[in-house]
Amino acid sequence: MSTEEKTESKEGQAKKLQRMKILYAVIGLMVVLDIFAPRHHPYFFWDKIPGFSSLFGFISCLILIFFSKGIGHAFLMKRKDYYND
Amino acid sequence: MISFVHPALLFFLAAALVPFLKGKARAALLIGMPAIAFISLMFIPEGNHGVFNIGGFEVVFGRVDKMSRVFGYVFTLMGSIGMVYALHVKQNGQHIAALIYAGGALGSVFAGDLIVLFVFWEVMAFSSVFLIWYGGEKSAGPGKRYLLVHTFGGVCLLGGIVLFGAETGSFAFNAIPAAGWGGWLILLGFLVNAGAPPLHAWLPDAYPEGTITGTIFLSSYTTKTAVYVLARGFPGTEILIWVGIIMALYGVVYAMLENNIRRLLAYHIISQVGFMVTGIGIGTELALNGAVAHAFAHILYKALLMMGMGSVIYMTGIRKGTELGGLIKTMPLTFGLFMIGGFSISGVPFLSGFISKSMVISGAAAAHNAYAALLLTLAASGTFLSTTLKLPYAVFLGEDKGIKASDPPKNMLIGMGLAAFVCILLGVMPSLLYNQLPFPVDYHPYTAEHLLGAFQILLVTLVGFLLFLYKLHPEDTISVDTDWLYRKAAPGFMWFANKPIARYEGFITEVYKKGLIEPVKKLSRIGWTVDTWVFDGLVNASGWATLLESKIAEMFDIHIIDGTVNGVPALLGGSAKRLRKIQTGLIQNYILAMVVGVVVLGLASFILFA
Repeated sequence: MSTEEKTESKEGQAKKLQRMKILYAVIGLMVVLDIFAPRHHPYFFWDKIPGFSSLFGFISCLILIFFSKGIGHAFLMKRKDYYND
Repeated sequence: MISFVHPALLFFLAAALVPFLKGKARAALLIGMPAIAFISLMFIPEGNHGVFNIGGFEVVFGRVDKMSRVFGYVFTLMGSIGMVYALHVKQNGQHIAALIYAGGALGSVFAGDLIVLFVFWEVMAFSSVFLIWYGGEKSAGPGKRYLLVHTFGGVCLLGGIVLFGAETGSFAFNAIPAAGWGGWLILLGFLVNAGAPPLHAWLPDAYPEGTITGTIFLSSYTTKTAVYVLARGFPGTEILIWVGIIMALYGVVYAMLENNIRRLLAYHIISQVGFMVTGIGIGTELALNGAVAHAFAHILYKALLMMGMGSVIYMTGIRKGTELGGLIKTMPLTFGLFMIGGFSISGVPFLSGFISKSMVISGAAAAHNAYAALLLTLAASGTFLSTTLKLPYAVFLGEDKGIKASDPPKNMLIGMGLAAFVCILLGVMPSLLYNQLPFPVDYHPYTAEHLLGAFQILLVTLVGFLLFLYKLHPEDTISVDTDWLYRKAAPGFMWFANKPIARYEGFITEVYKKGLIEPVKKLSRIGWTVDTWVFDGLVNASGWATLLESKIAEMFDIHIIDGTVNGVPALLGGSAKRLRKIQTGLIQNYILAMVVGVVVLGLASFILFA
């Protein structure tokens, strides 16, 4: 964590928490609406599962963050003058 | 009466006229000529135009059908918008290079046979490199590497065309079976330009080093021309499904690590082109329509994103995410316009990316390809994460670093505004684009199912971003990519190869003694010269069609070699910096002569045959 986040006021943190709650509520609403949305082209079994997009999207996001940064720090990222040109 | 004026001809004509005009007349030419080309495309009837018989071969300059016309529309539209953004640029050479480059792309798109395609393909490569070289001192190396890779791709393509012609007895450019040496070599040549790993490294290497305005054109034409030729030549070629999926994910992963703001966007070009290549590989009408629609939408929103980050670099001179922050206060309009591009590329409903990306993914699902449908959705999440959340957070929001800046000049803002307008227009009225697609469209993007799916993916990605923000701050590093092979490994190899030669060359031995850094620099430069010679040898050996190209390449050689050889005394006497200056100076001087030569040749051939 950067120092900027550590020194953040309690007020700011409460605001952030509030925002996250709203975000979760909106996603919850989407999932509920998803139960009733008509499926025109269910090509795969998961196309009929309400909220599948939320689950898959979140897992995707986590995979991307941790896989990319992991492989980056292990192999790919070099100091900026690596090529010396 | 003339029923067909080739749009490429209009661009070449504009390029030839640029040096003679100033002020408003020049502005009218730069913006107006692509607009005239756009309008003329609306009235050209379908069919083969500009058919000539050269040495027993029938060549077709203007094949107009729905597929080529829709690419023609977006290329000419982007030409106009890009020129609005570039109006403040005073160097005529940049405008000339951009116009010839766009003309080359249009020539490739309307080419009805492989020989014409190859000629315009090379026009594109040799004109676009100047948009990189004008980028300043640092762009000399990336520009040379760009040219070498494209020369390699061009040689593959030419070899493939010759073999394919020998195998089938025809140079007509229709669906090409990915079989035999001819078919595979042509495919390889196409994939180099599409930016498919491992042959993609030229793209993130060179694009971020181009000029502020040149990069807009670069990110529009080369890869999308490749998408067009793949859709024309290799629809339904199964290997392209996986090539596309790998591209889509590869670009996203590298973009996550990238600190250079334009290089991050360059990696997303690879990712987005991956969506198109997957669609082409699936090859159903829906998937092909999706690929073409995505190319159309992508050109505009990617240009908008590049314009946004270009404006940041133009106003602040800073290219790194780690050094930027808090620009929302000083560049609010740039931020707003950039976000429209960001939301478009992420597939936010009612913007252009949504109506095209969802078409590709639906195409994959309708073909019952679960891997493609799921992995492309994963890549879409990553696009939103890095282009639309991480990048603007680092540049515009985040920690305010107190950088002095303001919104860019008016013409740049208008250029961005026009691109943003088209992004919104296509999102709200998808039929505008759908009616132009190669196959009849029976696809409805705005169903409850699609909308809820899209919003869920976007919102949970936003949650992931906010929860793991601390992991996503940009880091001041560069990432090794496959260009490591020719940037680190090859110069190392060349060092050993040159060592015996160098022993007999007194003056180079002198350079060795001067220390460690200078000799390595010097030798890698000689390495490149040798590379150029090798490629040149290949090109020369490839028959009559490369004669023109090899001549140009030869001039480059003479130029680069002369620059290097002449540079040695300068290096001994002065610093490497001085040498570089002399070199780039020569390159820039040379541009006008070469560019004028290309224009004259192009015009002459059109006039002779028309």
